[in-house]
Amino acid sequence: MTEIRIHGRGGQGAVLASGLLAQAMADEGRHVVAIPSFGFERRGAPVACFMRVEDKPIRAMTNIYKPDIILCIDPTVSKVVNIFEGMGPGGILVQAGKGDPSALAVPPVVAKIGLCDAVGIALAIFKRPITNTVMLGAFARTTGLVSLAALKSAIEGGEFRDAGLKQNLEAVERGYHETQLLALKGTA
Amino acid sequence: MTAMTKPGKVVVLDGNEAAAKGVALARPDVVAVYPITPQSSLVEHLSSLIASGELDAELMNVEGEHSVLSALQGAALAGARTYTATSGPGLAFMFEPYIRQPGLRLPMVASLVTRDTLTPQCVWGGHQDAMLVRECGWIHMYCETVQEILDSVIMGYKVAEHPEIMLPVNVNHDGNYLSFGVTRCEIPEQGLVDDFLGPKNINWHAALDPERPMSVDPLTGNAGGAGPSMFVRYRKGQTEAMAHALDIIAEVHADWAKRTGRHHAPLVEEYRLEGAEVALITLGSMTGAAKDCCDALRAGGRKVGVIKVKTYRPFPVAAMARALSQVKAVGVMDRSVSYGWNSGPMHQDTLTVLGKTGLRMPCLSFIGGLAGADITEAHFERAYDAVFKAVSGDMPPGPLWVNEKD
Repeated sequence: MTEIRIHGRGGQGAVLASGLLAQAMADEGRHVVAIPSFGFERRGAPVACFMRVEDKPIRAMTNIYKPDIILCIDPTVSKVVNIFEGMGPGGILVQAGKGDPSALAVPPVVAKIGLCDAVGIALAIFKRPITNTVMLGAFARTTGLVSLAALKSAIEGGEFRDAGLKQNLEAVERGYHETQLLALKGTA
Repeated sequence: MTAMTKPGKVVVLDGNEAAAKGVALARPDVVAVYPITPQSSLVEHLSSLIASGELDAELMNVEGEHSVLSALQGAALAGARTYTATSGPGLAFMFEPYIRQPGLRLPMVASLVTRDTLTPQCVWGGHQDAMLVRECGWIHMYCETVQEILDSVIMGYKVAEHPEIMLPVNVNHDGNYLSFGVTRCEIPEQGLVDDFLGPKNINWHAALDPERPMSVDPLTGNAGGAGPSMFVRYRKGQTEAMAHALDIIAEVHADWAKRTGRHHAPLVEEYRLEGAEVALITLGSMTGAAKDCCDALRAGGRKVGVIKVKTYRPFPVAAMARALSQVKAVGVMDRSVSYGWNSGPMHQDTLTVLGKTGLRMPCLSFIGGLAGADITEAHFERAYDAVFKAVSGDMPPGPLWVNEKD
């Protein structure tokens, strides 16, 4: 069982991203559950989604308290939420942000970082900082848990149409290719 | 019908969309809706299925839930298969036509996307809304998984429209954890569902039909003439149909399993009760975490099991008694409260089963998952610990509030 927690802000499409990721993983034969955090999420307010991936059916419909992977699709939400809460040794962080991944302040449990300038890419493609599909590309590149092809196929099978579909396919592709990886010790 | 099962198409969706897909496969004639959290996306999906022509039904967007159910009763009396869904405050506003429907013996399926009730102000899941209407004469089935939602909506019509039943069915799924929880789900073929449900006959007994003029629901009762005996006849018929529904629900689940290969326990699921000393009784989506906890404790040599209730009204007394007879103590995990008894409603039901059957054992009340709170594997482990302590004589005086320290 791999447990993933997605952090973002209302309006960036974290819930939609979790649905696309679930579809892509299911298409690759995995069992998957995605549960959004609940409430009246306002644009800009911190939001979270919880995902489990497994090779057999998953029964627990509960939130996630000890994530193996954190996918953070917003560059600043970690200033207001402890996105690393509950993470154990060997954890993976997929983070939206610019610069050098070694400059990120992460707890010692983190073993791998994927850093992607999702806001810059989203502004170039959508003219708006909607980072979700960009960060799905970054997630695939960093974790290897899902293929870029499966993500693209999930996006094609989703609600996107015409120009929006083309932009999101470009977003996931650029997110995949423009992610910087950094290996760390990942100890307790 | 062939005994071969037909695999459906596997899709990834949340519980609300699964309910909408199940409804579409059951081909209702009239759907009336008013949106409310956490049901809204369900009726949005249905609206879009109707707009796209995938479901050929009349969609009525009316001004509130009272009108929703009133309109559907008219439609059912005209022979239509009907559907709606609601939650919490919407259900409260629907109450007057809601209590009328079972007595009219009008079959329908309505999803309750369960939500805790006011007050304090909250919008999150819990069973309190559905529990408040548990004694109104509707059949209540609670779903554990997204797949079970889709399957149970379809099965609900078969139960509701059975000529020996003719009662409305609430297919309940947990607001939040199931309504928005996304997972794999198999969509059966339309032909399979059509064969399963067969031709509909909704208003053979009571109709708004110029060809068959009749008065529907005239004033009945009072203390003179034929009043008392006539009123009792109606009431007895209703309660007898409710009791008989247990058999029909079991038959319908077996038929569905034969056609789809998907077996859902119709009344009560016994999970790892063989050799169990204690069990926890669950309802709805909390059950998955309870089963995971049970497996983990079993791996450590602890003799525990799970009893899941699927059909909550009518209460499956015999099935529950059979499950209870296998253990020495139980704990009941309610996601709602019974104010009058300082425990959970299903705890009261379980005590009644124990009383009716003469079984004696510690029976603890746990109340958890209120207003969207999570009931995790760790919570279930602590609950098992408390039940084991009760076996050794340490019986708590009142309910144990699972999320009190979260």
